Amino acid sequence: MDRPHRGPAGPARAGGAPVSAVTAPPRTIIEARDIVKSFGQTPALRGATVAVGQGEILAVMGPSGSGKSTLLHCLAGILTPDQGEVWFGGQRLDTLREGERSDLRRGRFGFVFQSGQLVPELTAEENVALPLLLGGTRRAPALAGARKWFGRLGLDGLELRRSGELSGGQAQRVALARGLVSGPEVLFADEPTGSLDSLSGELVMNLLSAAVREQGTTVILVTHEARVAAYADREVIVRDGKVSSLTGVAP
Amino acid sequence: MTLLGLLEREPSHGYDLKRDYDSYFGRGKPLPYGQVYATLSRLARDGKAIAGPAEPGEGPDRKRYVITEAGVADVEHWLSEPAPPEPHLQTVLFAKVVLALMLDRPAARYLDVQRAAHLGRMRELTEQKQRGNVVDTLLADYGLYHLEADLRWIDHTAARLDLLARAVRQ
Repeated sequence: MDRPHRGPAGPARAGGAPVSAVTAPPRTIIEARDIVKSFGQTPALRGATVAVGQGEILAVMGPSGSGKSTLLHCLAGILTPDQGEVWFGGQRLDTLREGERSDLRRGRFGFVFQSGQLVPELTAEENVALPLLLGGTRRAPALAGARKWFGRLGLDGLELRRSGELSGGQAQRVALARGLVSGPEVLFADEPTGSLDSLSGELVMNLLSAAVREQGTTVILVTHEARVAAYADREVIVRDGKVSSLTGVAP
Repeated sequence: MTLLGLLEREPSHGYDLKRDYDSYFGRGKPLPYGQVYATLSRLARDGKAIAGPAEPGEGPDRKRYVITEAGVADVEHWLSEPAPPEPHLQTVLFAKVVLALMLDRPAARYLDVQRAAHLGRMRELTEQKQRGNVVDTLLADYGLYHLEADLRWIDHTAARLDLLARAVRQ
């Protein structure tokens, strides 16, 4: 049941020992320590702790409103917690200034959301190239970098389409390419198949897991679907704003 | 195992066990008396229950049975072990949840353990799919969809445990 970590820096997990949500697996790349986050009077996270290993795919499950997306946003530096700490690669993330967090998100993180959120005025290849362009890469090399992903994700011939001319599954694969184009260390995926039928969703997950395995990318995958979570190495469940591990049983 | 679990609540006659079994688990298929007494004799023989002295009266139902420590341990073990994650587990998962609630055991934890076992199996099937051919994929999908249905039931049940506990402890 317990797969070894993938990726160049990912050592095999010793003896397939179960990993709990509260103890860090070897070579933690990103973690939340006892974070609390409220929106007005409404608490979303009440002391959530989770550590993600280098190259690991972690599924974050839980019912609607349990706080799983808030946890993802705090880990990604989109939101800052009211209390607690977020660490990424040995660096405290939640105390950075917004500009520094923004640089980090653009340079070292990738994102895929439920519905592609492509920029409708741009072509598919421009959408994919966007993180590179925003990072200062010139247009020609950025577009060349983007085009490499089209064949890899079964999108050949769709480079110049706009989002309105793509099916839901195609748009989501373009969004996946955009999430991976800059070679991020961590990919944050929030219900990446949420708006797709089961076959399109399966294609997206097959491509996502193959690509991140090849690159050794760490993935934090928020999903309420067990079939999607089954692509992960490990799952945690968020309940009432806290994280509990499901992998407390012998493999 | 379900009868032994029912016996853990209080010392009971075969008749009481049959009545409660039929009302909670029988679902229109009453348990034959013969099977109840055969099971009770076997449990007594194996040291899981002790038969009290015969009480005066007619018919076979003149003994009250009491669960032993070994019997309680068996029930605990059965409840805390996840069932093998295969399709068509409805009967056993249902029986475990209802009995755990009746006996004031941690039903939520049993469901968590079962959820982990199911997801672990789904992970294996997903890996098989990624490695295998189209025919393997078809077979793995069958398992995945059934396990997913079980998981939905587990989540749904976990969310309503308080309500269920009140109903079965009445």
